[in-house]
Amino acid sequence: MKLALQIAWRFLSSAKRQTFIIILGIAVGVSVQVFIGSLITGLQKSLVDTTIGSSSHISVLAADDTSFVDDYMTIVDDLESQSSQIEVLSPVVNIGGILQKGTDKNEILFRGFDLNLANEIYGFDSKITEGNLPTQLNDILLGISLKDELDLNVGDTIEIEILGNLRTLNVVGFFDFNVSVINSTWGIGTLATLQDIIGDTNAISAIEMQIKDVFEAENLALVLDTYLSSSELVTENWMAQNQSLLSGLQGQSTSSLMIQVFVIISVVLGISSVLAITVMQKSKQIGILKAMGILDQDASKVFLFEGFILGIFGAIGGVLLGLGLTFSFTTFALNPDGTPVVPLFIDPGFIALSAGIALLASTLASLIPAIKSSKMTVIEVIRNA
Amino acid sequence: MPNIVELRHINKIYGEKTTNPTQVIFDLNLSFEESTFNSIIGQSGSGKSTLLNILGTLDKATSGDVLINQKDTQKMSKNQVSKLRNETIGFIFQFHYLLPEFTALENVLLPYRISKKPITKEVMDRALELLEIVGLTKVKDNLAVNMSGGQQQRVAIARSLINNPKIILADEPTGNLDSDTTEQVYELLRRINETYKTTFIIITHDRHIAEKADRIIEIKDGRINLDIKK
Repeated sequence: MKLALQIAWRFLSSAKRQTFIIILGIAVGVSVQVFIGSLITGLQKSLVDTTIGSSSHISVLAADDTSFVDDYMTIVDDLESQSSQIEVLSPVVNIGGILQKGTDKNEILFRGFDLNLANEIYGFDSKITEGNLPTQLNDILLGISLKDELDLNVGDTIEIEILGNLRTLNVVGFFDFNVSVINSTWGIGTLATLQDIIGDTNAISAIEMQIKDVFEAENLALVLDTYLSSSELVTENWMAQNQSLLSGLQGQSTSSLMIQVFVIISVVLGISSVLAITVMQKSKQIGILKAMGILDQDASKVFLFEGFILGIFGAIGGVLLGLGLTFSFTTFALNPDGTPVVPLFIDPGFIALSAGIALLASTLASLIPAIKSSKMTVIEVIRNA
Repeated sequence: MPNIVELRHINKIYGEKTTNPTQVIFDLNLSFEESTFNSIIGQSGSGKSTLLNILGTLDKATSGDVLINQKDTQKMSKNQVSKLRNETIGFIFQFHYLLPEFTALENVLLPYRISKKPITKEVMDRALELLEIVGLTKVKDNLAVNMSGGQQQRVAIARSLINNPKIILADEPTGNLDSDTTEQVYELLRRINETYKTTFIIITHDRHIAEKADRIIEIKDGRINLDIKK
């Protein structure tokens, strides 16, 4: 065993250039894998994050969508005990209204939140461009688009026609969600303001939640549905509402997997063909060792070890090369604002897996030459010398 | 003296399954006594190399028995034969056959390491002693590729002795060496034969060398033509 390893090592180190080229070949394969993997994962993460990072993953609302959810405190407590996946539960009241300033009228969705809770979902803090979050009754935070359209400033008052009544609101600030629909249609107030409008301090429109693993939303929604089946409540989840995004992600994963599989195949073919040539080059040495009584299995171990050693160095080189590629991509491929075009995601587990696969593939690739050397007889070496 | 090697009714046919098989050895019976120094001569194509390969269990006879140390090798498994070869037989070939990637000392130690026993001080001392005997102490750490033909051949001789084999088989061991070196190598082999009581079976086409052996066997057309014991 030790002898086979030493022979393998000497064979490889005595042909440094050839060894270097094989290792480079494996390393390039591994680096492509690491790079593509990090790229696709990063792309998916950022896509998912942009799409649903700042929104509700699962919402619980009345089956009849015009009615309210009563006695919501108890329901919130009950839901919280249903799953450890749930990170935050936030009650919300949504009412459509018409903003009026002079002759201008704009339809908005006036949303009342418990802002401490809702902040964890929507991250209002970082989206406020001017002013503050609503704290008092009749405060309203508006989208940046409405500020321009209605020519508003912080401290202005504005009238809203809501549930058939006219109410005066104080504009306390503006937000920018980077989504024009939200910027031009949302108005944000406190839960108390909205509950005051509907005249019921115990009712809400929906309970929104964010969960730890966003892709668990569908499953968790099913669990909650079962739990809620006796009530008048139903759930909505982001996955059901974004089927096309999900199938896009799926397609991307599949194509990235395909690329990786073909990279592995080409690495395996490369190594096994080079090692097969090495067996021919080293046939004289194998012949001597066999004449001296080396066992066939030990002779084949020489080549298995060669594959293994090549795999180790190839994997290490590949990971370094792949990470280098990844970092240079995030450093040089930038948006005008200086952020990377695609934020890459470095997953140590995935990198370890790529390296492990390369190692396994290299060792497997050396099986053919190993078998070949095991079958070689001294006499054919002597005769061909 | 007991026989260390015995060949019984050996036939060797090449291309047995083809339409025109070639028989190179015909019902050959031959035995060698322990501690003797034997030479085999014969023209090229006479079958002497084939005979040596069969003797050394490198090649299988088509029929007949090969007994080494009174054990029938024809009935052994491949691994058993490899082990027997490792422990009992040392080879010296015409084309040196060292591992070029290893140093002289490492090459000498190879047969011992193949037996998977740990390298003890005694073994290391023995390897150094053998290198001393063949006069290569100075170049013991040189890679085999960086040695002259004569040096390589002497390393091969030292290597063939490391496991203290009962038999040494040599196929034209001086075939590509100049006459002075040839003389030195033979004196060395003879000395080893006397010191370690190792049985030597040497193929040579050099009559002058052959005549120095205890026994000369001439092979002609796959049969024994002459068998002279001194």
